[in-house]
Amino acid sequence: MTRTLTALSARRRHPLAVVVLIALALLLVGGLYAAVAPRDAQASTSAASADDIEAGKKLFLANCATCHGLNAQGGNVVEGKVAGPSLIGVGAASVDFQVGTGRMPLAQSAAQAPEVSKIRFSQEQIDQMGAYIASLAPGPAVPTDEELDVSGVSDEQLARGASIFRTNCAMCHNFAGKGGALTAGKYAPDLTDTSAKHIYEAMVTGPQSMPVFNNNTISPEDKTAIIAWLTQQEKRPDPGGLTVGSIGPVSEGIVAWIAGIGILIGCSVWLGMKSS
Amino acid sequence: MSDIERAEEAHGQAGTTLAKPAGGLPDRFENPGLPPHQHRMGDTDPKAAKRAERQVAILLLLSMIGSIGIIVSIIAIKYDGSFDRIGLSTRAIGLSMFLSLFALGVGAVHWAKTLMPDDERIDYRHRQRGTEAERAEAVAILKEGAGEAALGRRPLIRNTLVGALALFPIPAVFFFRDTGPLPGDDLSTTFWKAGDYLVKDPEGGRIRAADVSLGSVVHVLPEGIEEEEDVLNQKAKAAVLLMRLEENLLTEKSADWGVDGTVAYSKICTHMGCPVALYEQQTHHLLCPCHQSTFDLTQDCKVIFGPAKRRLPQLPIEVDDEGYLRASSGFHEAVGPSFWERG
Repeated sequence: MTRTLTALSARRRHPLAVVVLIALALLLVGGLYAAVAPRDAQASTSAASADDIEAGKKLFLANCATCHGLNAQGGNVVEGKVAGPSLIGVGAASVDFQVGTGRMPLAQSAAQAPEVSKIRFSQEQIDQMGAYIASLAPGPAVPTDEELDVSGVSDEQLARGASIFRTNCAMCHNFAGKGGALTAGKYAPDLTDTSAKHIYEAMVTGPQSMPVFNNNTISPEDKTAIIAWLTQQEKRPDPGGLTVGSIGPVSEGIVAWIAGIGILIGCSVWLGMKSS
Repeated sequence: MSDIERAEEAHGQAGTTLAKPAGGLPDRFENPGLPPHQHRMGDTDPKAAKRAERQVAILLLLSMIGSIGIIVSIIAIKYDGSFDRIGLSTRAIGLSMFLSLFALGVGAVHWAKTLMPDDERIDYRHRQRGTEAERAEAVAILKEGAGEAALGRRPLIRNTLVGALALFPIPAVFFFRDTGPLPGDDLSTTFWKAGDYLVKDPEGGRIRAADVSLGSVVHVLPEGIEEEEDVLNQKAKAAVLLMRLEENLLTEKSADWGVDGTVAYSKICTHMGCPVALYEQQTHHLLCPCHQSTFDLTQDCKVIFGPAKRRLPQLPIEVDDEGYLRASSGFHEAVGPSFWERG
């Protein structure tokens, strides 16, 4: 009887195997994500000419008009849903954000448009479409290089940026900018690999579920300070040891329950075992 | 042949014969006694015992190294203002502490398991009930004591004793009452009153109604709250979220209490008081991150999901002559979670 049990337990997995397996799975997922994460798009401030607007209109008609309407007035209502919202007045910043992060053109209707690593258009084409949309009605413009330059941000501004981030952004995007869940499959994305330009544009335009933070409610200097803080805190070493993804109680709980309690169970099994 | 029968047969072969009535189970189970004692390697082989002794010594030595490691890491790793240093110090102290305690514990257990005597011993339980004579004597003593106290004959002592014992715990009520001020109307009121300007949290600065564009969210506090003595307590009640959406989406009351589709609602969840600040601009839902209570802004912040029981209270706002937003009155009801006297 004892012998069969010993034989059984010898064949059973090591008590730490589960922990190791989860760690490996996390590494694999993290590695895959890092491999397919989107590259930062180049900022461009070329002035819009009539040619650009014309080229942008052609691109719009070929790629966007199916859902957003021939004159960007918004699509028809199909089964109670608007195919695509009106783009009049959304501004070049909106186009640059939506197309530049791969969210548009939308592959399929879902809870929300996901960030896509493969950008279907060159920055020049995106700028041309932006110029066309901006020519329809005034809207937020693509931020200038100056507004995105975080090198001149002082320590005081950095602290201010962090404070504004905690009040205005952290409840959805997490205290470390790692993103979080919303209702019904919607989510606030991870900001770690998002370029400064796209973060700025998201604040000004309020894409999808995100509210608008215009330049009167959060000044351009404060927006730069927020971006500076995000950039800085991504690079900062964590004094607390392992961050476990910085997503708070979920990952920390998994580690505490599986690793911590696993070790405790291992110890008690060893305590209760008869010495040979 | 079924498994049970086979097991019974095996049992019979082992020699434990039991009277088996017709019902299937024996009348009572015989005490099988202890299994024969199995000697450990260390009990029979002096070499194995020596080896176990060395293992225990090594573990205890590791514990010593850990303890010295704690002292060394505290003295050697001085904080120089960098995050790297804090991390290194925390990790060094933590790992040394782990080594110091874990090796000590493992060493002690290993010692007990391999070398200390492990023969089985039996401690029999004893009857706890005293003999009849002892019990009778105890009752007699009690009765004698009661008779000598003669409370029946001395009602004055009996009554004052009851009074003294009854009064003794009463002062405790005053001690507990003294542990802090009574909440008064703190739970029902907030800092907001008519005419208070809305300022941005955390930057400060009044908000022009025209600056709140469609789809915007501004985190808001009442002007002057920073000067309060208990500013954190005040902020915990007065935090407000200002949102703007198409006015025709709002209920009549919401729109009435707002300005051109700009409405202000308490940010404090009516369930447990978390800040409900996850505003979905397109669905106009407010989500509480703590327990997923969801409030629908287009239905006057009615609860549409989650454990919250009441709507988020709305703060009536108006525009002054210069276009700045201010409260036209305080909250009309208590903000935040329910409490006993809320009614």
